[in-house]
Amino acid sequence: MTIEAWLQSAVADAERRGLPELKPILETLAKAITAIRAADFNQSSVISRQSTVVSHDDD
Amino acid sequence: MMTIEEFGRRLRAGGMTSAQITEECLQRIETDNPRLNAFILVMADEARRQAREADRELAAGHDRGPLHGVPISIKDLCDVRGTATTAASRVRDGHVAERDAVAIAHLRQAGAVFVGKTNLHEFAFGTTNEDSAFGPARNPHDPTRSPGGSSGGSGASVAAGMALATLGTCTGGSIRIPAAACGIVGLKPSFGEVSTDGIVPLSRTFDHAGPLALTVADASLVYHALLGDAAATPPAPMPVHGLRLAVPRPYFCDVLDEEVRARFEEALDRLRAAGVRIDEISLHHAGDIAAVYLLIVLADAAAYHAATLDAMPERYTAPVRLRLEMGRYVLAEDYVRALAGREVLRREVDAALAQHDALVLPTLPIPAPTIGATTVKVGSTTEPVRNLMLRLTQLFNVTGHPAISMPIGSTSSGLPCGIQLVGGRGQTDVLLRVAMACERYTTSGPSPRSG
Repeated sequence: MTIEAWLQSAVADAERRGLPELKPILETLAKAITAIRAADFNQSSVISRQSTVVSHDDD
Repeated sequence: MMTIEEFGRRLRAGGMTSAQITEECLQRIETDNPRLNAFILVMADEARRQAREADRELAAGHDRGPLHGVPISIKDLCDVRGTATTAASRVRDGHVAERDAVAIAHLRQAGAVFVGKTNLHEFAFGTTNEDSAFGPARNPHDPTRSPGGSSGGSGASVAAGMALATLGTCTGGSIRIPAAACGIVGLKPSFGEVSTDGIVPLSRTFDHAGPLALTVADASLVYHALLGDAAATPPAPMPVHGLRLAVPRPYFCDVLDEEVRARFEEALDRLRAAGVRIDEISLHHAGDIAAVYLLIVLADAAAYHAATLDAMPERYTAPVRLRLEMGRYVLAEDYVRALAGREVLRREVDAALAQHDALVLPTLPIPAPTIGATTVKVGSTTEPVRNLMLRLTQLFNVTGHPAISMPIGSTSSGLPCGIQLVGGRGQTDVLLRVAMACERYTTSGPSPRSG
């Protein structure tokens, strides 16, 4: 889920629950999530799938 | 104000009794608590009974150790059998603890006298003690200011002489923050050392329990009693000449009130003059600390509070309720990412300590804020109070390293400043030895009862 989609969904849910005052706080949380996802310890790795097939012997 | 060590000497020399010191503390509570609101529950009758029992035992030759007969206050997050644990929240209305928290049982076994349960930021989820069902606690040095939090009532109780020490808890800095704000010592031990069984959780990933006291030696005595070692005496200080400390300047010294900075640098100068080697280091991922902390603490707290947020949301103070609700929106994948960040930060702090006896940095970047302030001007920028209060302490809750705050003087308006030492994981005793060596070269702040 992108952060934009997350924020949109979270704000909508907060409003539905009668908590519109959560919106600015959720925007602050979005900044923290952005930072965490951008951190170098969380860079997605490109997984190169091996072509080997793992086979299981059947009894 | 009397330290635990001094009281112990007088007690065993026959010059003072537990009943006397307990009565002095209770008198100060009666006089000053209406102004400081440090206590939610004063346990006067029980304290007097415990003190009489302590004196009887000592007279009969049964000495439980350094905490025998010592008046202690307890953050009202910790179960004391037969009393309510309010967590400063109406959510806990009607609660009565059936048994002592493990840490409290150890203090009881050590002969401590419980003078009362102290005020705190509701459910320990804040750094100023402003949001409490019982009203804000106030700083003994300036009652218009916060005593810090979340263990604000605890810090105020010791700084104002209402107890000789206190049991606090710490999730992002809630022992060291009030210690610095109130001009006393606060120790966050290594993660997991002091049992949190029987203490209302905020974040089981980050929660610690530990003492606030007037001196490092006193903090050491309470720390050891909390571990069940009631007879332990303070460790010998390390030789100060040749101590190796490291200041992580980038990030940790970037945003500092000018007077806090001045007191910090003066303390470093005194340490250097005493023969301490002080290097400068940087932590590569320091900029990620706040995000790592926030995602984990929010999700942990929301998980614990989910049922009561649904059933009785109106019983929370509004600011705490909103922050707890925020935690319900943290995605699992981002929580896991934050855990990865935690491991990286832990390794970076370990690496920084590999060549040094301790890290040294300020505890709070600002003096105690005015009650009600949401932002503070630091230099040319305006920052949210909450972010500032946590900025320099939360890392060591994330990584689990032991950390201690000691007073280093005050601002020109008499507000205390604190210095923080951080030691190796699992090496709280070594940190205490380093702190005892450094303490004589740091200046204590003015007592709020002096003059």
